[in-house]
Amino acid sequence: MKGRWTRATKTGPPGKRGTDINMLSNRILLLARRLVGFAGVMLVLSIIIFALARIVPGDPARIALGPSATQEQVDAMRQEMGLDKPLVQQYMDYVTHGVRGDFGKSLISGRQVSHEIASLLPATLELVIATVFLIVVISIPLGVMTARHRNSWIDNVGRFFSIVGVTMPSFLFAILLQLVAASFMPDWPVIGRINYSLDIPAGPTGLLVVDSIVHGRWDVLGSALKHLAFPALALAMAGIGQITRITRSAMIEHQRRDHVLTLKSFGVPERVIIFRYLLKLSSIAPLTIMGLEFASLIGNAFVVEMVFSWGGFASYGLEAILQKDLNAVMAVVLVSGLFFVIANLVIDIALMVIDPRLRFKEAGV
Amino acid sequence: MSAVAGSEPKALSAGYMAWYRFSRNPAALIGALMVISVILLAIFAPLIAPYPDDVGAKVDFRSRHMAPDWAHWMGTDKVGRDILTRVIFGFRVSLLLVIGVLGVAVPVGAVLGMLAGYFSGAVEKIISGFTNVMLAIPPLVMALAIGNVLEPNLVNAMLAITFLWWTWHARLVYRVSKSIAAEDYIEAARLAGASHWHILTREILPNCVSVISVKTTLDAAFVILFGATLSFLGLGVKPPTPDLGTMVADGRQFLPEMWWGVLGPGFAIFYATLGFNLLGDGLRDMFDVEV
Repeated sequence: MKGRWTRATKTGPPGKRGTDINMLSNRILLLARRLVGFAGVMLVLSIIIFALARIVPGDPARIALGPSATQEQVDAMRQEMGLDKPLVQQYMDYVTHGVRGDFGKSLISGRQVSHEIASLLPATLELVIATVFLIVVISIPLGVMTARHRNSWIDNVGRFFSIVGVTMPSFLFAILLQLVAASFMPDWPVIGRINYSLDIPAGPTGLLVVDSIVHGRWDVLGSALKHLAFPALALAMAGIGQITRITRSAMIEHQRRDHVLTLKSFGVPERVIIFRYLLKLSSIAPLTIMGLEFASLIGNAFVVEMVFSWGGFASYGLEAILQKDLNAVMAVVLVSGLFFVIANLVIDIALMVIDPRLRFKEAGV
Repeated sequence: MSAVAGSEPKALSAGYMAWYRFSRNPAALIGALMVISVILLAIFAPLIAPYPDDVGAKVDFRSRHMAPDWAHWMGTDKVGRDILTRVIFGFRVSLLLVIGVLGVAVPVGAVLGMLAGYFSGAVEKIISGFTNVMLAIPPLVMALAIGNVLEPNLVNAMLAITFLWWTWHARLVYRVSKSIAAEDYIEAARLAGASHWHILTREILPNCVSVISVKTTLDAAFVILFGATLSFLGLGVKPPTPDLGTMVADGRQFLPEMWWGVLGPGFAIFYATLGFNLLGDGLRDMFDVEV
């Protein structure tokens, strides 16, 4: 961080360093570099998962047809699935089809894997968005408060929560929430996405919360939000612990910097310092970590969806893995990777908006 | 903290100062005690556990699903085995997993991180590039895929976790060794004719020890958590060997009436991860490093 800053100042004050167009192209270059990096991630991921799927003991064609199929049938199936071609050719075929969204047919159901995933993705997307929302809404204020009142009882409560959040497994938290709800909050559902006796609007997005608002169906919205609350909280807990901790330490670290002391000595009110200056500066580290943590959030979604019978992409993935539905497993791993990559791209763009230093950073460095 | 340290006599050794800082940190001490208790319970499980016979595939339907009482502090499970006994033995599996995973992942990660940090150029580019790619893989998804494509058992769970775990250590050690490699004394050592081997093992490695040990302690918590999650999903040790995650999964079928089936093993997982986490945090403050 320090290095970047000195480099930018050495070449002169930001205003004189280049035109706006220059800065814009810098940002585009930075983004392009990240895109190339992410494409590399997807490439290596596809190689690993392909290699893994091909060293498995057991013939995918045999799995698809079942034990009673004759050898001719299996051979025909192998030909149809392209398993008789050389491995490199198979991989190339897989990638060229995969890019167009064709991951082959499920070995169990026989349907197109991409169709199955596409129909379940909105459920998981809704859960993940709600989770990220909860993480931001809970942990940033908590981080600010604990930093502001350092070593007070608020700080201790916050620290306790973040340690519990980080150390308690998601599945345990999910089960505990279910237990609490079942014992003390009988009105709150602990299973499924929605009350299926409602007539659910077939909306444009598949996200129940958005669709019900679009159609003005407040009963559906209420039911969807109630169903969403516990799974999202269970999934958010680990992130809340992590992000609270990091926001707190970033706030404390920046409080001691010269520019903040200058603001204080000029008599700028503390509220303004915290929310106008410190928070922006201190959100860089939590955002970066949130991007990295996204990988484990996706993993935890598998567990949380299972506990709450959420019926989304992650439940599908777990089922596919347990049944050794290889085509589905490969697609699930790749789509999970894509989730991570897109989330990090969004965070990169957010960081560029928040952190002006990135605009001056040379794209080549 | 620095005010306290400043008032100490100067003659005290660095080791004593570190211990002083550690011993003044109640959370760290509690964490250390929790970790020690878990290790002792695991080692002496057959002596400590109240019903050592209940570890195996024993079935006693007369005592199934009994709520916690003085005879069975955590109640009994669906075939009448004492849950506390199985929890104590369950720590063995958790710790074995920690040793197996970190025993491979930490050295591999540290060596790769050091090489990448010390040698710039192609070595650095390849190792850090590969590490970054590996970090982008959702670990649980990948471990599930590996674990199930192979046979679901403890060794394969270990393999799957190790396959992904070294990256975090590589990243950390890379960061530290890169900053150390830029120090003047490394340059001086090289001018004096020291070999790469000497510089790596005698100059850089000792500087990485504190970060590695802090990270390893914190990691132990996450390996336990991760392993429990895998076995909760059905990719753990084969029954009847007691495994904390599997026990939670078994207990879940009888919720909400028989809550103890989940709470006992669940609490045990939380206890172990919390202990390692508190200890790791304490070590971090003690060594004053960023992990």
